Amino acid sequence: MVVRSPFLRTVRLGISSLLLHKLRSFLTTLGVLFGVASVIAMLAVGEGASEQAQEQIRQLGSQNVILRSVKPPEDQQSNQETRVLAYGLTDDDRARARLTFPGVRDVVPVMIIPEEVRHEDRMCRPRVLCTEPDYLSATGRVLQSGRFLSELDEQLEEPVCVLSFEVGRYLFPYESPIGRRVRVGSEYFEVVGILLPRVPIGQIPIDSGAEVSGDMMIPLASGRRMFGTTQVKMRSGSRDITEVDLHEMIINVERAVDVPMIADAARTMLDREHREKDWEVVVPLELLLRAEETKRIFNIVLGSIAGISLLVGGIGIMNVMLATVTERTREIGIRRALGAKRRHIVIQFLVETVVLSGFGGFAGVALGLAIPAVVEATAGMPTIVTPQAPTLAFLISVGIGVVFGLYPAWRAAHMDPVEALRHE
Amino acid sequence: MSDGSTPDAVAELVDVRRVYQMGTTTVPALDGVSHTFRRGEYWSIMGSSGSGKSTLLNILGCVDRPTGGEYKVGGRGVSTLTDDELSELRGASLGFVFQSYNLIPQLNVLENILVPVMYRDEWPDWAEERARTLAERVGLAGRLDHRPPELSGGQQQRVAIARALINDPSILLADEATGNLDSRTADEILEIFDELHAEGKTILLVTHESDVGERAERILRLKDGRIDAIVENR
Repeated sequence: MVVRSPFLRTVRLGISSLLLHKLRSFLTTLGVLFGVASVIAMLAVGEGASEQAQEQIRQLGSQNVILRSVKPPEDQQSNQETRVLAYGLTDDDRARARLTFPGVRDVVPVMIIPEEVRHEDRMCRPRVLCTEPDYLSATGRVLQSGRFLSELDEQLEEPVCVLSFEVGRYLFPYESPIGRRVRVGSEYFEVVGILLPRVPIGQIPIDSGAEVSGDMMIPLASGRRMFGTTQVKMRSGSRDITEVDLHEMIINVERAVDVPMIADAARTMLDREHREKDWEVVVPLELLLRAEETKRIFNIVLGSIAGISLLVGGIGIMNVMLATVTERTREIGIRRALGAKRRHIVIQFLVETVVLSGFGGFAGVALGLAIPAVVEATAGMPTIVTPQAPTLAFLISVGIGVVFGLYPAWRAAHMDPVEALRHE
Repeated sequence: MSDGSTPDAVAELVDVRRVYQMGTTTVPALDGVSHTFRRGEYWSIMGSSGSGKSTLLNILGCVDRPTGGEYKVGGRGVSTLTDDELSELRGASLGFVFQSYNLIPQLNVLENILVPVMYRDEWPDWAEERARTLAERVGLAGRLDHRPPELSGGQQQRVAIARALINDPSILLADEATGNLDSRTADEILEIFDELHAEGKTILLVTHESDVGERAERILRLKDGRIDAIVENR
């Protein structure tokens, strides 16, 4: 009937004292509750978003330096009906990169053909990439079935292709695409392999044809022979003819530490060899570092906002505890007269504040875990709750109870017993 | 004892003074009170309001300290004690019974009786058993799990008496203990005091009602912060 452990007794006494004013205690915990819940929810959403961004960058390959062709600004003078615009990366650039850069594993060429891909009445617009066998290892993509493009395909200029999972599923919804043929422009290609999707299959939306995001890969030599490097785009009153050797070059570096050096070398080389700035250098590693820096700043901002909301909650608790101490002055006097030392009074009130804030923190963790789940289910935004976030938020809420409870408890303990006993 | 205390003295006042500072003026509430209370005595301390009896009670109960002179409980001077030691002394040697009962509303009867035990360094094995015995002794056996608001004034005062006795103090201090009670209930409470006196407890009863004061063995009458008279009732 009587709890013997002094600590449990104090906790029980604290709870029963708080239950004397249920509404007041409940409202007081709300401040901490929402503070903790918002910390966890914000962190989860932020973590999810930044993880998504980082995953996209990672897919470019952190050991890669990507060179891209960029259409230079329109030349105002050459405003003729038919224009031939040759720009971008050339086969010479590729050869130079391969020969002069140290520590490079491969330089993978990519040419992109702006054609639709069809099978029977199904049509979609993936990126049609003309590339070489090294593409697979350089980008870190994985085959689901079949094989990738081979050196022999390249030499024989075979009309074969590899589809990414989404494209294969869209064009061949009821059967395996392997061994079947798809049409690109007016040419036919036999499907020899399917790539694994980059995200779990369940997360891939089943799009309508025009929106299928994905790739189709054919041998570079086949692409060159069938489609050439010249692309014609019809416009009202004029034709745009562009000639681009390579749209992309993926420089796969052996060691990640060499990436910045190779990137600089590539910039220097392209700057020297090209009259115009018809190229750009993309370094996924740099993007990744920048994304991490952004995330760090984001977390600091988030932490400050969360800190402020928790501070407000703490002030609320302190306010109520000061009122409680005043209200219970007489009780403090009685306890002191009956032999309570100052530290007994301090502990008593401190336990009450910690019970308040701890309860708020606990409920806040529950709410904070529920919000990301709801966000993910309704808005489809990815959220990640790291185990540290709820733990830290809860500990901080308890810490706030201690910090903001100390002053009221100290005030209670240092009341003059005579005055306290006389208090009505 | 070496400092000349009387062997059976439980509380000893030696030229005790208590001065209050009111702005720039000083008001003496106790102006040189010397007296020795001996083991087993039953005193009432009487006086009109302003006579200093509340101040004396606070000093006797160790919630206040004299500004001059010396007060000794069980031969131990209080002026050099720390706040913690004073708390310990109150818990162990003094039992308080207040006019307005002063029970803690969140706790039930049994827990209220046990409050002074909670502030001991260790929880003694006998505590709960003793609390039940004391509750029975003051006539509250069936109400251990009631909370103070559910009890009558007389019952609350019985709880307070049981609480005052739980640590077996050497002095029982009662401050207008019957002031809030009707005469029949007051009589019942005073009977408990009579019984406790018969059992050898030292009781100091502060009151301004002469019929209450006359229940005690002796009356210490205060006037203007000094002892005015000491009256033997029997």
